[in-house]
Amino acid sequence: MHIPDGFLDAQSSIAAGVVAIGATAASLRQAGRDTLESRAPMTGLVAAFVFSAQMLNFPVAGGTSGHLMGGLLAAVLVGPWLGALALTTVLVVQSLLFADGGVSALGLNVINMAFVPAFAGYGLFWLARRVLPASRIGVMTATAFAAFTSVVLAAAAFTLEFAIGGNGAAPVSTVAAAMLGVHVLIGVGEALITTLTVGAVLASRPDLIHGARGIEKQAQLSAVQA
Amino acid sequence: MSGGHHSTDSLHTPLDTRVHSIDATVKLVCLCGFLLAVVATPSRAVPAFSAYALLVAVAAVGARLPLKVLGRRLLIEIPFVVFALALPFTGSGPEREILGVSVSINGCWTAWSILAKATLGTAATVVLAWSTRVPDILHGLERLRCPRVITAIAAFMIRYLDVIVGQLHRLQVARLSRCDNPLWLWQGRAVAATAGTLFVRSFERGERVHRAMLARGFTGRLPTALTGREPLSWFPAAAWPCAAWAVALVAIMR
Repeated sequence: MHIPDGFLDAQSSIAAGVVAIGATAASLRQAGRDTLESRAPMTGLVAAFVFSAQMLNFPVAGGTSGHLMGGLLAAVLVGPWLGALALTTVLVVQSLLFADGGVSALGLNVINMAFVPAFAGYGLFWLARRVLPASRIGVMTATAFAAFTSVVLAAAAFTLEFAIGGNGAAPVSTVAAAMLGVHVLIGVGEALITTLTVGAVLASRPDLIHGARGIEKQAQLSAVQA
Repeated sequence: MSGGHHSTDSLHTPLDTRVHSIDATVKLVCLCGFLLAVVATPSRAVPAFSAYALLVAVAAVGARLPLKVLGRRLLIEIPFVVFALALPFTGSGPEREILGVSVSINGCWTAWSILAKATLGTAATVVLAWSTRVPDILHGLERLRCPRVITAIAAFMIRYLDVIVGQLHRLQVARLSRCDNPLWLWQGRAVAATAGTLFVRSFERGERVHRAMLARGFTGRLPTALTGREPLSWFPAAAWPCAAWAVALVAIMR
């Protein structure tokens, strides 16, 4: 859900913009501003991948169709900082060129769809990987758990923003129940697709997956044995 | 996403109008100023929204934006229209019977406000995208102190978007010609296999682009897109945000 202009009030839109700019600056610093410039082609291609992966529509029951949000997927594949920057770029372009998501609501959309999955979602992924065995199954289980949770957390962030800036348009409890209810279902789909996608990359190029560092040797060994 | 995103080529149409010739930096600033005025307007100030609609209409006519294109691009806000239409039934406060159904008056006003503001915002942004070349928008963002790394990432993303989307299309055709066209939940596997392959191919393409750039003498510093720092002319574009803020302030004071 790309929030349009005027869904939340001006103050919270501006505040979210300031937070989003701060988080982007922090990601730029963490990703290494200088080396990042030389990696701009790579990151741009990853952003183009996220953009087109979001076009992979698949029909869901009831005549509606769903698509991947891809926040956690990008974070697991290229790391949280680059993943967050790629998603931020996708959202800026979607907003300015495709009018998808309001320009004044860009901060809100960047928080919900870039930083919540990349930071909170990837944090959970990292924790889960520490608990789970360092194996293909372990990485995929951690991905499934974090992908599901990142969608629910994004819905929770939306509800929180609505409670702050929604001017009481609807009872917050109703919005919370509706958003969380719908996004538990969406989260299951997101977890399924994200996990299988990571599995597909693990099978062909495990070395490319940032979140699976440390297991590629085993994967290559088992491939040789097979 | 309603499948409307296919190519960035179809967004901008080069025409020789006053709106097209305004500098992209000025347009971006004016768009943000205009949208903030719209967002800050209380929902019950109906005349103010008519004034905003008139301002957007003047810009759209000035840019010779066809109504059909505008209508098609407005479809993107449908998910929130659905949300807004539910509000009269879930809203709180005093209720009134309309056609035998009791609806919340507050809910109606909020639904109106969301629809009006989202439509104005989308329409104003469509005018920007219609009348501005993509490199000019990126150049404008750079002049507004957007870090160059972000505009560089965006430039590479836009440059290769059509290639990656074409690749996605070919992967899907290849999958279908293998008679791999599952229904229900099993689609998940097919979609994921396609997405996984697409990632590997995008990443490898990125590596190739990077290596080709190194071979051509890329040192890790991107050439700046700035060609010149000509002073910005704010007239007449600034009339839009100024008029909008004047209307918004009157509506807020009342």
